[in-house]
Amino acid sequence: MNFINYISTIIIPFIIVFAIGYGIMEKKNVYDIFIVGAKKGAKIVIKLFPTLLAIFLAINLLRSSGIVDFVIDIISPILKVLNIPEEIMPLAILRPISGSASMGIATNIMQENGVDSKIGLIASTIMGATETTFYTIALYTSSIGVKKIRFTLISSLIANIVGVTTAILIFSL
Amino acid sequence: MLNKLWPAFIIMSFIYGLLNFNMDQLNNSIFESCKQTIEMILSFMGVMCMWNGIMEIIKETTLINKITKCLTPIMKFLFPDITKESKAYGEISMNIVANLLGLGNAATPLGLKAIKSLQEENKNKDELSNSMIMFIVLNTMSIQIIPTTVIAIRSSLRFY
Repeated sequence: MNFINYISTIIIPFIIVFAIGYGIMEKKNVYDIFIVGAKKGAKIVIKLFPTLLAIFLAINLLRSSGIVDFVIDIISPILKVLNIPEEIMPLAILRPISGSASMGIATNIMQENGVDSKIGLIASTIMGATETTFYTIALYTSSIGVKKIRFTLISSLIANIVGVTTAILIFSL
Repeated sequence: MLNKLWPAFIIMSFIYGLLNFNMDQLNNSIFESCKQTIEMILSFMGVMCMWNGIMEIIKETTLINKITKCLTPIMKFLFPDITKESKAYGEISMNIVANLLGLGNAATPLGLKAIKSLQEENKNKDELSNSMIMFIVLNTMSIQIIPTTVIAIRSSLRFY
């Protein structure tokens, strides 16, 4: 386990140094390129801000009004049987539908429970291991105007369920 | 979808809060949300810019081509119908590499190009071909080695 921890601490600095070193070897203006990329990053985050605000607002209202506790009380017996942490359910449901909404929920979960808590780790893994399935399928099929998608949706949803259950299983062991 | 869900959430919360005399907490949480979001986004922006800068360097060097070459065995297994000479071949592997590196925004334009080329080779234009389905499913299941966005969120929350 220590070895894995060591790898995960070294991998990010290594990628950074490797990329920059490689750029220098090819005589690229790494500094200028970095700035161009960083600017794009800033644009992404600024675009994300309004959606994130909307989601945070809705989630915080739902929580402070007491609805969330009420719903959790109702479904918690079922979740207990399946060994699923109750905070994960909204994330798992929204993830295939909306990327920014699920990101808002995941962020909220990690803020409330801590990044390295069991729930925080599950939320991170779900975010890293699944995609906005419906949006992606709609985007690709509509771009070429094909309506008969055969078994695309089924296979994608299976992949999605596998991602979520694996995330829960790994941290429940 | 969210156009219906979002207002429903807010109206439901208001009514439930009203019935349970919870208005104090509800009121506080509105302003707390705004504060939370801006604090979050500020720390998030730093990590995001840093990653995008590094990924831009990888994209601009021949490193990206090298990584693409490493994919050949995987490509053969996943897309047996596509020959190496096909235009779609290069575009698909570039898309997979961008996905692996967590470059979601670079992956999508590449993917759209690839699906267009796949459609040109498609025999039945009304239906997705097997390769097209495989390609779309690959894109819906997030094949990331470096999940940049998750890393950004986690590290910004840790130093928060």
